[in-house]
Amino acid sequence: MKTCLIVDDSKVIRIVARKILQELDFETAEAADGSDALQAVQAQMPDAILLDWNMPVMNGIDFLRALRQLPGGDAPRVLFCTTENDIDHIRMAMEEGANEYIMKPFDSEIMVAKLSQVGLI
Amino acid sequence: MASKNKPSTVANLLHDLMQKDSGSIGVEDISAVLHGVMETLRHELSDADRKVFVELEGLSNFIAVTKREIAELRPDQVNQDFIPTASDELDAIVAATADATHKIMDSAEAIEGVAANADKEAAAILTDATTQIFEACSFQDITGQRITKVVRALKDIETRVDSLITAFGDEIAAVKAQEPVKSEVSNGVDDNPTDESLLNGPQLDGDGNSQGDIDKLFD
Repeated sequence: MKTCLIVDDSKVIRIVARKILQELDFETAEAADGSDALQAVQAQMPDAILLDWNMPVMNGIDFLRALRQLPGGDAPRVLFCTTENDIDHIRMAMEEGANEYIMKPFDSEIMVAKLSQVGLI
Repeated sequence: MASKNKPSTVANLLHDLMQKDSGSIGVEDISAVLHGVMETLRHELSDADRKVFVELEGLSNFIAVTKREIAELRPDQVNQDFIPTASDELDAIVAATADATHKIMDSAEAIEGVAANADKEAAAILTDATTQIFEACSFQDITGQRITKVVRALKDIETRVDSLITAFGDEIAAVKAQEPVKSEVSNGVDDNPTDESLLNGPQLDGDGNSQGDIDKLFD
């Protein structure tokens, strides 16, 4: 079973994402900010990370930079999932190692499409 | 004009302004310079000078009228009352929608529990419906972020209005002094309430009357 870490400070978004991912047979874990997520990936590196941008303590882009420096940190497929939609934000995310970019609000259809594009389903 | 021999009041005022390092020049300062220019010109007027004088006087009057009109808008009320109230109302929207969303999701999870025990066809319909409920609930996150942006814009407006209040402090105080005292209201009870003054709902938590307070009126 594939694993996905959902990183978002919104409990609602975490629940929505978890429901969709579980329907797609993913095993899920959750983190409320980048710092929590960093601890989680150091314990176990997931196959995918659904990552919010604006979060307290550590934001998504700082988490992504830290992740890619870790041993094995280049393995997870990172899907940024955010309301930030300007080109500079998207370019920055891609430069830091994001594999895909999902605009909020999202649904199961777009999630399936993006996970398929990164080769996880 | 032969103002070379006169004490340079305008030059002094301009010099004082140049020494200010606040980065902005107040309306009072501009008005003082214009008055200085007019006083200097008053004594030695050619036709051309008179024309300039009239223009400057018109400009000075325009500034005075504008100052009064801005003061009458009571920017102090905007910052003391309207903006903080609007921010509180927006915060209440975020809290209420978050609370409602969590309840909707809890209920959807309860339906999912029932779906697990239902026959295959019914389970599929219930699961599809609950998935759509969960997806729709993500509106709460987006709404919260949008409202946060509006609150940030309000804070920016508040800062700009603060600058207005600083620039027009004396005029605002004069307008406030001229406003009639609300003598009809005694002991906190308005003897002649209008529809508008009565319509304050929905109230924020802790404000206004509770259901219990209203029930007591019917006892």
